[in-house]
Amino acid sequence: MAEKRSIGKEFTKGFISENPVLRLVLGTCPTLAVTTSVVNAIGMGLAATIVLIGSNMVISALRKIIPSKVRIPAFVVVIASFVTIVQMLVKAFVPVLDESLGVYLPLIVVNCIILGRAEAFASKNPVLVSAVDGLGMGLGFTTALLCMSSIREIIGAGTFLSGTQSLLALFGDNVLGGFDGFTLISGNGALKPMVILILAPGGFFVFGLLMACVNKLAEKKGKPKAELKGCSNCPMAASCSLECKNDIKEGKA
Amino acid sequence: MKLMLSVLLTAVLTENFILCKFLGICPFLGVSKKLNTAVGMSGAVIFVMALATAVTYPINKFLLVKHDLEYLQTIVFILVIAALVQFVEIVLKKFMPPLYNSLGIYLPLITTNCAVLGVVMLNIGKEFNFALSMVNSIGAGLGFMLAMVMFAGVRQKLEGCDIPKFMQGLPITLVAASLVSVSFLGFTGLVDGIFA
Repeated sequence: MAEKRSIGKEFTKGFISENPVLRLVLGTCPTLAVTTSVVNAIGMGLAATIVLIGSNMVISALRKIIPSKVRIPAFVVVIASFVTIVQMLVKAFVPVLDESLGVYLPLIVVNCIILGRAEAFASKNPVLVSAVDGLGMGLGFTTALLCMSSIREIIGAGTFLSGTQSLLALFGDNVLGGFDGFTLISGNGALKPMVILILAPGGFFVFGLLMACVNKLAEKKGKPKAELKGCSNCPMAASCSLECKNDIKEGKA
Repeated sequence: MKLMLSVLLTAVLTENFILCKFLGICPFLGVSKKLNTAVGMSGAVIFVMALATAVTYPINKFLLVKHDLEYLQTIVFILVIAALVQFVEIVLKKFMPPLYNSLGIYLPLITTNCAVLGVVMLNIGKEFNFALSMVNSIGAGLGFMLAMVMFAGVRQKLEGCDIPKFMQGLPITLVAASLVSVSFLGFTGLVDGIFA
């Protein structure tokens, strides 16, 4: 089935029909944690995209060599190597981002999107298609983070794209004419930013409402609504003895 | 002793792994439907967190730091944790079937759980010594259990509610999690207040 699809379709499916966060409900931890500002979200999204493209390509190239019994550990090693590379690059060139992403940067290793794509796609498809799939999925992840973080930053902090300079520091000082984000709600007037949206509860709340909107749209188009399937997408499903096994038996997964 | 208590309280309440740090959201949303699975899963998480810390701390200190290989932390830790979890699962299955039936079945789920790798990374980031690392890991696990058990209760109440169609399922669960998380905001400053 995968061979018949065009490369363009592999690229675009990650954005809407199979958006990893909003449709497949994968990678929820970083989605909730780093979306306090748009700049953080872009940084996280791009870092994950690079890892996704790299690991998809390598795993796809090695798909005939890796024995299927030890494939999960093998995938994890490949992914962890790419995460380490990205971690070192970010530390060297954009140290501010490294500080604000903190522990979530190394935790890209356990992001289910990446292991999920390796298991579901890269281990069965040729290199080029897998790279395109990785790029599409990565940018779909970035888009979802962008949606979340725009809502949270605009309402919660009253700014948009604040801290752009720190992200662009790699290209020198005052790039883009020293643009450092807009201030939409200054907080001096009667209107104050709702700080709770950039705190932990706001993350769950905005994500909940976003999922509700996406489900409503999906329903209109006659598509199934996004549910936390967990197991069918979980790379550990086959070796797990919890509910997943029953799901697999019943043909749900 | 005072320091340990403050680290423990911080890990359980003010910096709760699920509700404040967003680590381990998948099991939080996936396995919190019933109270007994929530407790079983959290028990396994506490156990693995403590074990992972006990094993990775010496590896980090005596191998990686000693030979200037800190950049390998991510790769080494994830492999050590994965191997450890598999090993524990096999041992439990063979020698302690009752324990395996109550905790062991959750172990494979935990291998790729960001909470376990997260606690190991945070211990190193905060430069804790061995004892404090262990306290922090167990605290994080207890905090995980607290959030899971509380949320399982909330979800059981949600079952019988009349919810608008578009909010059913995941959206309402997330909004409920948001409200539980608000309650944890109330602990902000608690630890500093007690140990000031």
